[in-house]
Amino acid sequence: MAEDKRLMKGNEAIGEAAVRAGCRAYFGYPITPQNELTAYMAKNMLDKKRTFIQAESEVSAINMVYGAAATGARTMTSSSSPGLSLKQEGISYACGADLPLVIVNVQRSGPGLGGISPGQSDYFQSTRGGGHGDYYHLVLAPKSVQEAADLTYEAFDLADRWRMPVMILADGLIGQMMEGVVLPPARDLAALPRKPWAVGRQADSHRPINHVTSINLVPDELEAANRKRFARYDEIKQAEVRFEEVNTEKAELVFVAYGTSSRVCLGALEMAKKAGVELGLFRPISLWPFPEKRVAELAAKGKKFLAVEMSMGQMVEDVRLAANGKTEVGFYGRCGGNIPSEEEVFAEAMRLVGTKSGK
Amino acid sequence: MELAYGHPKSLKPIQTKYCPGCGHGVIHRLVAEVVDEMGLQERSIILNPVGCAIWADLYFDFDSVQPAHGRTPAAATGIKRMLPDHLVICYQGDGDLAAIGTAEAVHAANRGEKFTTIFVNNAIYGMTGGQMAPTTLVGQKATTAPYGRDPIEAGMGYPIRVCELLATLGGTKYLARGSVDTAVNVRKTKQYIKKAFEAQMRGEGFSMVEVLSPCPTNWQMSPPEAAEWVGQSMAAFYPLGEIKNTLEEAKR
Repeated sequence: MAEDKRLMKGNEAIGEAAVRAGCRAYFGYPITPQNELTAYMAKNMLDKKRTFIQAESEVSAINMVYGAAATGARTMTSSSSPGLSLKQEGISYACGADLPLVIVNVQRSGPGLGGISPGQSDYFQSTRGGGHGDYYHLVLAPKSVQEAADLTYEAFDLADRWRMPVMILADGLIGQMMEGVVLPPARDLAALPRKPWAVGRQADSHRPINHVTSINLVPDELEAANRKRFARYDEIKQAEVRFEEVNTEKAELVFVAYGTSSRVCLGALEMAKKAGVELGLFRPISLWPFPEKRVAELAAKGKKFLAVEMSMGQMVEDVRLAANGKTEVGFYGRCGGNIPSEEEVFAEAMRLVGTKSGK
Repeated sequence: MELAYGHPKSLKPIQTKYCPGCGHGVIHRLVAEVVDEMGLQERSIILNPVGCAIWADLYFDFDSVQPAHGRTPAAATGIKRMLPDHLVICYQGDGDLAAIGTAEAVHAANRGEKFTTIFVNNAIYGMTGGQMAPTTLVGQKATTAPYGRDPIEAGMGYPIRVCELLATLGGTKYLARGSVDTAVNVRKTKQYIKKAFEAQMRGEGFSMVEVLSPCPTNWQMSPPEAAEWVGQSMAAFYPLGEIKNTLEEAKR
């Protein structure tokens, strides 16, 4: 079969990947810069006789997802930074009730209403459990339209496998730009995983009744449930760490950057090569779980790090934790909707290389 | 010998945690009886809300989903859209429905979501210990209205008549208000619930049965006094009966 390649906006590619992954219900609320995604889902879900609802709020949208997920259906919501703040309550409940669902955050700049230009300042909120209670969920960060589609498609499988929300952490640039994308095949809805814990269709099997809930007022029982969930988190840390490396063997200094920032760093790598300097790039794809082991290995080899983010410095804290004082960790960030330029990233890298190597 | 009266299959035969004289037990039983009569035990899903009725999942013998406070109608929307041939029961108290979850309730009703809300109105926050509810009557005392609900001087607003509020919306097809203060009203309330569930299974749009219900503990009354207060004080402000009925059968 010929590959299904198209020129698409990131927001639309995410939508198409979700449809093909077997998303049966999408719930969203308008917010820039992800509006094309909601519109794409409205047209394509309704055309396929699937469920689309423009909810009355982000709060309602995530709780509609919560309800749909409780029935075992593949389901998704999307938003941008301020909307994600509103969804945190529902995400905490979904994690507490072990519900698989997919959340897309096309990040903009903050805090508050901030701006509508790209940002990467929701890293803490996304990777630390932005709501109340002890929990984590998978967070995957695409660098391109292609990867946004691929990760969204896979996110539904990961959510089902681990029984947890999976977040696609994109940004306004990836959402808005157009690139070529090879689309994955449409999943057969009838062949999707069975979910024996879900509510509904009890009459088919006469199974015992199911409860989807996060409440437990018995301290020992709730602690046991939390510990069981954290044991699953340990398994995920073994199985689902993803990253990409470019020229890290030769490089003295390695950029650590995800999403849009990582592409800027690739440009800086080329500039360095022309200047006769070897720089590397370490790109986390899974932000939770963070590729801490590999960062620690590189630190042990004496590589210096320069974290580059569209924020005032959030992921850099995970780099420092993983490096554990064994190497220098620099930071270069732009925020407010600004994207760092290759030139400024290159200059900062050269400054760090220069000051410490005496060149 | 034929069993003329027994415990509903859809309700587990266990003692509830509800206080003596509380209305939830009676309302649970009415819901379970109707589910049994319709033969829907294995096709019913109840949403147990934050509030005293969060315990509903201990008592109903069918599937349940517990959402965040007030988000009950949003979660019910997701469930019913995925399982349109199931009976979805959105069980809510006055705080859940008319305070923290007002937006969710109004918009689910306006979309004509095809589930049934059982709205238990006891004019007080029960689980948290007697705070003022959106439906607390003017002058009624609560821990957060120690001198009585004062709409003007203290700016506590007025009690909300939810059925009447929702009646203006195109998506609402059946809105009734019953009470569990007397045997007669209990029987009427059961009829309303049955009408609402049948309308839901026919896919007719949003239906809700509000039930005026006693909370002796937080009203600081004996159970008989509380039942009397429902009939005399609450029913005077919240009129009983079918507030809106635009079901197909009513048009015939």
